[in-house]
Amino acid sequence: MNKDFNYFLQGEKEKWEVIIGLEVHAQILSNAKLFSSSSTKFGAEPNCQVSLIDAAMPGMLPVINKFCIEQAIKTGLGLNAKINSFSVFDRKNYFYADLPQGYQISQYKFPIVGEGEVLLDMSYGTKKIGIERLHLEQDAGKSLHDQDPTKSFIDLNRSGVALMEIVSKPDLRSPEEVGEYIKKIRSIMRYLETCDGNMEEGSLRADVNISVRKVGDKSFGTRCEIKNVNSIKFMQQAIEFEAKRQIDLLEQGKSIDQETRLYDTKKNETRSMRSKEDAHDYRYFPDPDLLPLELENSFIQKIKNELPELPDQKKDRFINEYRLSNYEAAVLIADKETADFFEKVAKNSDVKLATTWIMGDFFASLNKLQKSISNSPITVENLASLLNLIKTNIISGRIAKEVFEMMLLDKRDPKIIVEEKGLIQQTDVKEIEKIIDKVLMDNQDKVTEYKSGKVKLFGFFVGSVIKESKGKANPGVVNDLLKKKLS
Amino acid sequence: MNNLSNLTLVETVEGIKSKKFSPSEVLSSYEERIKRSKKLNCFISETLDQAKKEIKKINIGQNNLALLGAPIAVKDLFCTSNVKTTASSKILENFVPTYESTVTQKLWDQGAILIGKLNCDEFAMGSSNETSYFGNVINPYKDGKETLVPGGSSGGCASAVSANLTVATVGTDTGGSIRQPAAFTGIVGLKPTYGRCSRWGIVAFASSLDQAGPMTKDIKDSALLLEVIAGFDSKDSTSINTNSSFFFKNLSKQIKGLNVGIPKEYRVDNMPKEIDDLWSEGIKILENCGAKIHSISLPHTKYALPTYYIIAPAEASSNLARYDGVRYGHRESGRDLIEMYENTRSRGFGDEVKRRILIGTYVLSSGYYDAYYLKAQKVRNLIKKDFDDSFKKVDVILTPSTPSAAFKFGEKKDDPISMYLNDIFTVTANLAGLPALSLPIKHNSKNLPLSLQLIGRPFDEQTILNVGYAIEQEVKFKRSISDWWM
Amino acid sequence: MSINKETVKKISKLARISVSDQQASKLEKNLNSILSFVEQLNELNTEKINPISTISNQKLIMRDDVVKVSNQKEDILKNAPEKNSSYYIVPKVVE
Repeated sequence: MNKDFNYFLQGEKEKWEVIIGLEVHAQILSNAKLFSSSSTKFGAEPNCQVSLIDAAMPGMLPVINKFCIEQAIKTGLGLNAKINSFSVFDRKNYFYADLPQGYQISQYKFPIVGEGEVLLDMSYGTKKIGIERLHLEQDAGKSLHDQDPTKSFIDLNRSGVALMEIVSKPDLRSPEEVGEYIKKIRSIMRYLETCDGNMEEGSLRADVNISVRKVGDKSFGTRCEIKNVNSIKFMQQAIEFEAKRQIDLLEQGKSIDQETRLYDTKKNETRSMRSKEDAHDYRYFPDPDLLPLELENSFIQKIKNELPELPDQKKDRFINEYRLSNYEAAVLIADKETADFFEKVAKNSDVKLATTWIMGDFFASLNKLQKSISNSPITVENLASLLNLIKTNIISGRIAKEVFEMMLLDKRDPKIIVEEKGLIQQTDVKEIEKIIDKVLMDNQDKVTEYKSGKVKLFGFFVGSVIKESKGKANPGVVNDLLKKKLS
Repeated sequence: MNNLSNLTLVETVEGIKSKKFSPSEVLSSYEERIKRSKKLNCFISETLDQAKKEIKKINIGQNNLALLGAPIAVKDLFCTSNVKTTASSKILENFVPTYESTVTQKLWDQGAILIGKLNCDEFAMGSSNETSYFGNVINPYKDGKETLVPGGSSGGCASAVSANLTVATVGTDTGGSIRQPAAFTGIVGLKPTYGRCSRWGIVAFASSLDQAGPMTKDIKDSALLLEVIAGFDSKDSTSINTNSSFFFKNLSKQIKGLNVGIPKEYRVDNMPKEIDDLWSEGIKILENCGAKIHSISLPHTKYALPTYYIIAPAEASSNLARYDGVRYGHRESGRDLIEMYENTRSRGFGDEVKRRILIGTYVLSSGYYDAYYLKAQKVRNLIKKDFDDSFKKVDVILTPSTPSAAFKFGEKKDDPISMYLNDIFTVTANLAGLPALSLPIKHNSKNLPLSLQLIGRPFDEQTILNVGYAIEQEVKFKRSISDWWM
Repeated sequence: MSINKETVKKISKLARISVSDQQASKLEKNLNSILSFVEQLNELNTEKINPISTISNQKLIMRDDVVKVSNQKEDILKNAPEKNSSYYIVPKVVE
C-alpha cells in the first residue's frame, strides 16, 4: 500500500483500519432467463414474464441458457480471472415468498470462474483488488410490502433472471476504494456488454462485508454484512457508520456479533436484520436436475478471441497513442461510449481540441441537459466539424463556444451555422487595422495613459477591438497589430 | 359385461384396428369394472366422461398410432392438463395443472385415452400404498379373508392393471415403486434406464432416482408401451439423447448363449424359502432356454438401502420445498408468512412424507453433509461400479423382486425400517441408473403371486424384455383374479 | 450420531414444518432408528472414492438465448390460494 493512503479512523484509544469485501450481484444482459425461456426485460407488468419453471410448478425442470454461460466467462476474462472448465450447479435451500422453488440454483464448491484481479486508479497509486470468484445464480422475485398492512404481494418477473455474483477478496480499505471498485467492475461489464450496471434499476447490487482492526494487527476481526444498499453513495455512508459502530464497541471492550445488517438511508445508520436470525443453513448440494458444466478449451478460447478492448487496455492505448495524461485517459475511458465518441472525434479533427472540448464544454452540457452520450444533441460528425473550424482558424475559440451553444439546439453542421450567422473569423489585416484605428481613436485618453506607462490597458484595447469586431477578429492578429500601433 | 377388459394392450389395439370391436366397447368394459371396484380405491380421479368425448374423435383409419383407442389411467404423479393432479397428497388435493407431462403426452399422441388418475403413496414415498391422503389401495389378491397391500408407491397402478380396471398404465419408480407393486399384484413392471424417459411434468420425488415406466399385463405390452414413452426431451437436462429403440418390434425370446448373473449377496439373511425356491426355478428356466448361468458378486449390495435412504430423502426435502401454499395447492392460515408455511406443510403433508423431509433436511445440514450425503454419493459410486464390473461378464442379472409376497395392512406401518426393507432388491437398480424388470412367475401356497427381477445394462431394456419374454412363455403365468370386491 | 428432541425441533423449523411436542417425541424415535440404519455406511472406507455427481453420462444440454414463453400470467396464477389480478398474496413476514 502506498504511503499516501490515509483512510484510518481514530478511536478513543487507537488508530483503526477498515477491511471491506464486496459481493456484487450483476444481472446478465440476456434476452431470456438463466434456466427458463421467459423474458428478462425490466419494467414489465407484474407476473407477465413468469414461466411454469419460474413459478416452480410441480414437475418443472431447469435447462441452462448458453448465452449466460458465455457472458459469465467473458466477465471472468475481463476480471483477469481463471475460467474453470469444470463447474457444478448447487441448490441453496431456504424459504421465502419470492423464492418459488424453496431453493436458489447457484454455484457453491465449483464456480465457473476462479481467482482474478481488478486494478484501481487511486491518487496514491494503483491498487490491486483481488477477486475470489464469480459464479452464476438465479435472481429471486420481488415482494411488495407496502400495498397492504398485513399482506405482501409477490411478483415473480425477476425470479430466475441470470445473475453473476462477483466476490472480492477483503482487499478494500476505504469508502473511496469501494466506490472506485464498483465503478471499475461496472465499467468492465458495460464494455463487455454483459451487464448494464444500472444500480437504480437493480441490475447491479452489492452486499458489503466489513470489519475493523487496529492498525498493525494482522488478523481479521469479526465482520458484519450490510445488505440492501443500492447506490455507491449510500454504500460509502453505510461503511462510515458501520466502521465507527464497530470501533466504538471494540473500544468499550465489547465484541461484534457476526450478523447481517440493513442500512437505513434516512437515519444514516445500520441496524440488525432480525428476520434473518434464523440459522443460515442453506444445505447446499449439487442440483440433481442438472449435469456438471464441462467447458471445452475451444469454447473458452473462442470467447477470449472475441473479447473487445477492455478499459485498462484502452486507457494505456489512449495514453500512448493520443499522449493523454493518466487523468485525461481515465476520464475518457470510464465509459465505452464516451471513449468511442472521443476517438471518433479525435481521429476526425484534433486530439488536443477533442480532449479539452469533450472533457469541458461537452460533458458540462450533457450534464445540464441530463443527457448521455447515446442521446447527445451534438453528433460525432458535428463536433469534429466544429473542432476543425477552430483548428483551421476559421473561427476563434471564443466564437466556437457560442456556436457550440447553438449546436445544442441546431442539429446542422456548424459550418452552415457559422456561414449563416457570419461568424467567420476576421483575419484580414487591413480590416482589423481599421477597427484598431477606430478603437484607438475613440479612446485617446487611454492611449495616452498606456503610453505613459499603464501597460495593463493593453488588455482593454484587445478586448475592445474584439468586441468591436463582434468577436470575429483573430486574437493573435489583433495582438500583433496593436503592439505595432501602440509602440 | 363383455370380456374386453381381459385383453392385453396389444390385443386391444389390434382388435380395434382390425375392427373386431370398437373403442367404445372397450371403454364400456373398463368403465363397468371401475364402477364396481370402488372398494379397491385405485382411482383418485376418473375422467370417463371426457374419455367418451375423446373416443368420438377417434379415426380407426389411423393405423399408424400405436395405442389407438386404448383406455389408460396413469399414476397421479403425472401432471395432466386440466385434470386434477394430487400426488396423493392433501397439499395438492385441488391442483389442476395447465400443462401435460411429456410421458403422458406421448401416450395421447399415440391414440390412447385418459380414463383416470391412479392412487399411490403420497409423493411416491412408500412401499404399500398406505400413505395416500386418499386412503389405502387394496390388492385384488387376498390372503383368505384378509385384504393385502398392493405394494407401493404405484399401488393404485398395480392394483388397477391386475384387476383389469385399465388396460395398462405408467407409474414411476424411485426405489422400486413400479417393480415391487407389480410383484405384489402379479403384473409386469419395468423401470427403464435413468434418462430413458423424460421427467418433465412428473411431480418430483428424488430427481437422480425417479423414472417413469410401464406397468402392464404382460411383456409384449411392456415393450410396446416403453417404445411409446421413451425418448430424449430437451426440457429435461437429465434426459439422455440416445437412439430410440424399437423394443416391441425387436422383442424376441431367443436368448440362447446369453450370460445370466446370479449375485450371491442377494441371498439375504432370513430369506423366505419360497423366495429362494422361486429364484432357483428361475435359474432352471433360463438354463432350459439356453442361457449360461454365472455366479457373480455385487459386494456393496447391503449398503444400497442405507445409501438410498440418505439420497432419496435429501433430494425430496429440497424438491418438496416448493409446496408452501403460496402459488398453488393447499394453504393453511398463519399470523405471518413463517407460520403460514409451517401450518400448511405440517397439515398438508402426511407422516411418512414429513419423516423423509426431516431426515433429508438433517443429512444435508451443516456439519452432517459430509458424514451422510457426501458419503452416500460415494457409496453409490461403489454400487454402480459393482454393476459395471459384473456386466463385463454377464448380460443380465436375475434376482427376486421382493423379499416376500404381498403382506397385510398395518403389518409394517409403525416401523419405517421394516417397511424400507421391501425395497432391498430393487433400490440398487435406481442407484446405478440401470433398467430393471419385474415379472410374475407363479403363485405361492396362498395363491399369491411371486415375481423375479431382471436387471440389465444401461439402455439395454431390449435384453431384459427378451429374457422376460422367454421366461413368460415358459411359465405361462395367469393372474388369478376372483373379483371378490364386486 | 443420534438426535434429540431439540434437534428435531430445529430441523423442523428449517423445513418449515411445525411439530407438536408429542410429534417431536415420536419423530425423535423414528428418525433415530432411520439414522442408525443408515450409519452402516461408516463401515466402508470411501476416502479415495469420488462421489457420483450424476448418473447421466452426457454433456449438460444448453439452450439458445431466445424468449419462448410469452405472458402466462393466467396459468401461473390460476391455482393460487390467494391472489389478485396481478400478484400472489401472502401474509407479511414479521421483520
